[in-house]
Amino acid sequence: MAAPVPPPAPPAKAGGLVAWIYKRLPVEEFIRDQATGYYAPKNFNIWYFFGSLALVVLVLQLATGIFLTMFYKPGEATSFDSVEFIMREVQWGWLIRYMHSTGASVFFIVVYLHMFRSLLYGSYKAPRELLWLIGMLVYLALMAEAFFGYVLPWGNMSFWGAQVIVNLFGTIPVIGPGLVLWIRGDYGIADATLGRFFALHVAAVPLAILLLVVLHLVALRHAGSNNPDGIEIKERVGADGHPLDGIPFHPYYTVKDVVGIGVMLVMLAIVVFFVPSFGGLFLEAPNFEPANPLSTPEHIAPVWYFTPYYAILRAVPDQRLGALLMFLAVALFVFLPWLDRSPVKSMRYRGILSRGALAMFAVCFVVLGYLGLQPAEGLYVILARIFAVGYFAYFILMPWYSRIDKVKPVPERVVFHEHE
Amino acid sequence: MNMNRRALIVACVLASGVAAAATEPAPGAGADWMTWRAGDDVTNLASLQRGARNFMGYCLGCHSLKYERYSRLGIDLGLTPEELQQYLIPPGDKPADYILTTMPAGDAATWFGKTPPDLSLMARARGSDYLYQFLKTFYVDPSKPTGADNLRLPVTAMPAVLSELEGLKRAVFKDAQETSADGKSMTVHVFDHFEQIAPGRMSAEQYDAFVHDTVNFLDYVGEPTQAERRALGIWVVLFLLVFTWLAWLLKQQYWKDVH
Repeated sequence: MAAPVPPPAPPAKAGGLVAWIYKRLPVEEFIRDQATGYYAPKNFNIWYFFGSLALVVLVLQLATGIFLTMFYKPGEATSFDSVEFIMREVQWGWLIRYMHSTGASVFFIVVYLHMFRSLLYGSYKAPRELLWLIGMLVYLALMAEAFFGYVLPWGNMSFWGAQVIVNLFGTIPVIGPGLVLWIRGDYGIADATLGRFFALHVAAVPLAILLLVVLHLVALRHAGSNNPDGIEIKERVGADGHPLDGIPFHPYYTVKDVVGIGVMLVMLAIVVFFVPSFGGLFLEAPNFEPANPLSTPEHIAPVWYFTPYYAILRAVPDQRLGALLMFLAVALFVFLPWLDRSPVKSMRYRGILSRGALAMFAVCFVVLGYLGLQPAEGLYVILARIFAVGYFAYFILMPWYSRIDKVKPVPERVVFHEHE
Repeated sequence: MNMNRRALIVACVLASGVAAAATEPAPGAGADWMTWRAGDDVTNLASLQRGARNFMGYCLGCHSLKYERYSRLGIDLGLTPEELQQYLIPPGDKPADYILTTMPAGDAATWFGKTPPDLSLMARARGSDYLYQFLKTFYVDPSKPTGADNLRLPVTAMPAVLSELEGLKRAVFKDAQETSADGKSMTVHVFDHFEQIAPGRMSAEQYDAFVHDTVNFLDYVGEPTQAERRALGIWVVLFLLVFTWLAWLLKQQYWKDVH
């Protein structure tokens, strides 16, 4: 049977200030639409934590970022020193800064797992194509946000990383060189670049992310959440008009998500307090030296969350083709709803071909991420080529393997194991 | 800790001179220099105090710690303002001053070929093992302008300023066969071991301890909050574990209704 009726919203006849506000703002309606009256499938598993976790990390980044902005001073002569000032002389500055730098990596961990969940259960398929596309825009904005933020401390790896990434735009035919100059605002990565990256990092891109996240949530509430069985719960409605397999988002999933948030915060705290550099993966050693245009770090590599794409870039001998493939590696996600021809959504009911392809893709992504951190020489380049082929094969062959794959019958109701 | 006892320790640590007793290092010493580790000892206040004394005595002539104030050092190293003034602050500097060398940067560049780098973040940029290996692998090389070279940082511009303490070492190289990238076999000159050619004021063990303390101090300066960070972290993680456990119990309670 379906879950019990959700607890009623605060009664409007409550006296005083509450009633006064409720009469003038649709608070009750909002809570009902978004939480107590929004029915989510009851069979969510661990993969369904990462959406709300991403929202928590977003708030964490905004909150810590605001405090960093109070002390950070963009500029060639001031950026590096102001970050050290935050680390040493601002009360709790070190904690705020480590939370922000660790939060950036946690954001990508959570978002990558969130995206993998979609691949696993076919969440991008109809009727959620637009939800997926908006999510991809959030991902793009997040990559821009992370890149701009990475340059701000003005360490030597920040500087050279920015050099490499901005120069990629120079490979675009005809307009490339002019475009690079326009992005940098100078003939090199310099003071002007730092100023605009700061503006984009603290104002423009966060605003875009917030707007896109709101759209993402609106689209989710409208289409309804997918679930590990890939069954549309709206198609089986009980006498009360609510989905038979649905439960109110609040309190059931809010109380469950708090557990997930707790687990994530434990992991975040372990990194922040005990290994904030995370072995050079979250904060690299060369970034503790100020930017120096005359001294290139031994190996230039972006932060770990860009390295799968960086490995693809370097696997191609021709820089222009490499940049194009790197761009394509990100862009292909956009086409997933139309590349996937399988009649079922969830991997639970798909055959060996789809499952094998997804497993191969996950392995390729992780291995490419590792290779992107290594120097581009010898065996590493050869491996990067092999795994890049695997990466692209997942997308390009999908219309074929997803169609001929043997699927299992999908049950009418979701599979749910009761909690004891 | 009892104030008098603490002050006594501080005074002993900071005022103790360096005993002179040179002993020969073991033959073949230094072959394993790449495996030498500085160790993590930033909660050892006595070691940090000795390291600070070493820095002021032997490094500050050329190197600054431009992000660290003397007063911060006093607080973190458990020194009273009087002790700080007496043992660590050079004449003319105030407690709130940053720890800056008096050597003019322009002159330094002329004398050494490059300005001696600020050491505030050197332990974070290169790692404390790097610094430890650097300070222990100087050797006599008459072909170099400074008369010395270094295994960790070949052709370093830094003279072997600690040779007064460590003594003089000669590096013995041997020929070895190595296959180059294009498959050709070639003879290369590789380091084999050190030979002590003149004793310093310290024994090998004393010099090890001296370098350990100094590098430990630089490790602390790289991130002055690290001891506080770890101590606080235990409580934060414990709190979050309890919070998560309670949240899980609450969730179980709610989900009993879902069938």
